[in-house]
Amino acid sequence: MTRVGKLTRRTFLVGSTAVAGGVAFGVYLAKKPIPNPLLEGLAEGEAALTPFVKIDADGITLITPRADMGQGAYSIQAYLIAEELDIDPATARLSPGLPGPAYHNATILAEGVPYPAYDDSFVAESLRSLSAVPAKLFSVQVTGGSSTIPDGFDRLRTAGAIARETLKEAAARRTGIARSNLKTADGFVLLPAGGRIAYTDLAAEAAQIAPVADVSPRPSSEWKYLGTAALPRLDMARKCTGTEVYGIDLEFDDMLHATVRANPAIGAGLARLDTARAENMRGLHRIIPMSQGVGVIADNTWRAFQAADALDISWKAPAYPATSDGLFHELEAALNAPDFFDHRQRDDGNVDRALSDGTVITADYRVPYLAHAPMEPMNAVVRVQADAVEIWTGTQIPVFVRDRAARIAGVKAANVKVHVLPMGGSFGHRLEMTHVEQAVELAMAVPGRHLKLTWSREEDMTHDYPRPASVARARGAVADGKVIGFDLSVSQSAMAPEWLERLSGRNLPGPDATITTGAWDQPFAIPNYRVTGYRAPAMVPVSSWRSVGASGNGFYHDCFLDELIHAAGADPLAERMRLCMHDPSRKVLEAVGEMSGWNGELHTGGRGRGVGFCMSFGVPCAQVVDVVQTEDGIRIEKVYVAVDVGEVLDPTNLEAQVFGGVIWGLGHAMNCELTYDDHMPDQSNFYDFTGMRLYQAPEIIVRALSNGSAIRGIGEPAVPPAAPALANAIFAATGQRIRELPLHKHIDFV
Amino acid sequence: MKLTVNGILHEINVEPEMPLLWVLRDELDIKGPKYGCGVAQCGACTVHVDGVAVRSCQLPVGDLEGEVLTIEGLGTPERLHALQDAWITHQVAQCGYCQSGQIMQAASLLEMIPHPSDAEIDEVMSGNLCRCGTYPRIRAAIHAAARTLSETKP
Repeated sequence: MTRVGKLTRRTFLVGSTAVAGGVAFGVYLAKKPIPNPLLEGLAEGEAALTPFVKIDADGITLITPRADMGQGAYSIQAYLIAEELDIDPATARLSPGLPGPAYHNATILAEGVPYPAYDDSFVAESLRSLSAVPAKLFSVQVTGGSSTIPDGFDRLRTAGAIARETLKEAAARRTGIARSNLKTADGFVLLPAGGRIAYTDLAAEAAQIAPVADVSPRPSSEWKYLGTAALPRLDMARKCTGTEVYGIDLEFDDMLHATVRANPAIGAGLARLDTARAENMRGLHRIIPMSQGVGVIADNTWRAFQAADALDISWKAPAYPATSDGLFHELEAALNAPDFFDHRQRDDGNVDRALSDGTVITADYRVPYLAHAPMEPMNAVVRVQADAVEIWTGTQIPVFVRDRAARIAGVKAANVKVHVLPMGGSFGHRLEMTHVEQAVELAMAVPGRHLKLTWSREEDMTHDYPRPASVARARGAVADGKVIGFDLSVSQSAMAPEWLERLSGRNLPGPDATITTGAWDQPFAIPNYRVTGYRAPAMVPVSSWRSVGASGNGFYHDCFLDELIHAAGADPLAERMRLCMHDPSRKVLEAVGEMSGWNGELHTGGRGRGVGFCMSFGVPCAQVVDVVQTEDGIRIEKVYVAVDVGEVLDPTNLEAQVFGGVIWGLGHAMNCELTYDDHMPDQSNFYDFTGMRLYQAPEIIVRALSNGSAIRGIGEPAVPPAAPALANAIFAATGQRIRELPLHKHIDFV
Repeated sequence: MKLTVNGILHEINVEPEMPLLWVLRDELDIKGPKYGCGVAQCGACTVHVDGVAVRSCQLPVGDLEGEVLTIEGLGTPERLHALQDAWITHQVAQCGYCQSGQIMQAASLLEMIPHPSDAEIDEVMSGNLCRCGTYPRIRAAIHAAARTLSETKP
């Protein structure tokens, strides 16, 4: 593994401060390869006020600002700090901290630069680094984009190392022994002649000295926790005993319970409300007409649900089409229409000439809108007081939540406290904050009291900002057994600009890369190769869904490549490897071939085998899917997965995330869509939007490689290759080429 | 109205049609059983009534006959049930929200079938939805707990 000198190009600004009976250490990224005056002169003490390590008489607290929605973020952040601090993280308290500028995500916007992730040239790296500037300025403390690891790998270890060395320095001054002669272990400074001093005992003295900033994290060969299989998740016992406290579980003595009904056509508002049937129901406290619908406050959740069910409501209609047919018609109208051109970040060779003679293969693809549907429906507890707001919720965007709540309640942002809680899933749902806005609005009606808003499952499913639907047209050419031309156009409503504008009110200029991510940025050297994005009109408001643009584009790109390889008469794995110009990507293809015993036999006695590949979030991932054709339908038997995240910090959790990504990718590809009628999703609960159930889950075999040039996250990259690998396997088994998701519209599964 | 949960008798004053789930969560502050769908489609609310797994979101408390066991009564962090131990060993949970229901369903399964096959696990556990995709480890943990329980039983 290498990390291409990332450390040499990053320096950290450090700080420490005295806290009651102890010390807090902070660190943040301060300089970029291209100097930027906007980053100079950050306020003294800023880092200290938003620390990563806090030590006082009660013990050690590790601050893990990236939110945990199930991906294990809290644990791995704690292990990154603990590895350098020399403590067992199981003995420390973990806290997500309060939102603040030192926790900005310097990595997430880097995926938007117009260079593919496999390009680590200076120019691409510099642009990626520059993208961190607005992130810091806008306080983008966002969890997403598989960025917790790449963003925190150096920063959190550095924070741990600074704390350790400063504690040693405090011990050195107390004992007169040089710092270089001191060691540390398990929360103690060890003295050379025997004896030890607890960190907690040194904290107050450490707060009085300048933090030791001249540190560099240890090489991986010295790691005690990271990289080992024995890295148990710190939340596991709570989650297996029903004792984890999610947002929905919070209780306060004075708490009221609320739910809402809002227009599924988000933003169009309420037309008519009749509350007569609800008014005398037991436990009802208030019915409150709101900007986007109506809120019901009661003395418990079920009574609030019952009263909301008794409301007679009709909704206003928005301007966009009311039905799926109408929505897809708009997407198709924008496809390849010059007026809707958004960007073309891949244009190699001469595609028009390559596709002008010989056999041109053409195919139309489409993917549906999809709900996030985490198991825990959206909820938030809010208390509004005269000049302050306190919020408890599971969110990926705490700073945006803080600022929006301040605006709604008319208080200063500094007087809004956001407590981020463990989340029962997200998959991108909690990159939005409608439920928090509603909870603040309702809590303002009962000032001084805690109010918990809980969405019903139906509200959650129908008020999601779904994964955008899109349509694609693919054209290609083959010659002499090789793929020589590939031209893909994708039409989708803009996703990223809509999202940023909803959150911040800021307009994100330029193209929306999400329309083609997962397609334009693939590491293949097809001689004539073009990918074009068309921006369809804004319709159903859409948002990020696990793996974002690559969730649909990975399907288009890889399935059509598979079509061309079949047309060329080549081996699907061998031709992908021949075309691949990125060494770590070629090696994951090679690995998945070896794992699956790939021998070119794609169809044997009712069985089919397909390979899929997608590089997303900088992670190349190849999958081989084996299916069996039974009398009742297709059964997925096995999935082999090879990925490269640069360096594996937690092999056990990596495997879990790959399992989850594959099951997410396959389940939705097989079974799920949101369809629209009368501006409303037809699907409203898990009986018509499931994902995958256990009986459909295949055996999944995972191998992680470490040839990549940078460390990467694995929460999302296993999703995009799953759908194409399955569709390619179904083609191998049945000869049926399915170009539309969900696949169950065309073939049965068992 | 009276009901016994995890061996403790409670007196409540609620509508008989209120589902057991909401009695547990909002009236008795027993938060292990989760609200996921409200229509018996996800299994996050699964508890035992007299040893049998039921979806508490679909059981009106007025119709309850028998003692209720929730995940909190199955085992605690200090005294784990064999299934919880296996769940931790196999690092099953991701978001964890469905796992109370998964474990309660699995406990009911092992009561009925001490050594279930994969097919039997698929059949009994497929009513419990996990959106994170922990299924491969759920299968492995159930097999492991089945082995432990059979070794420790006389």
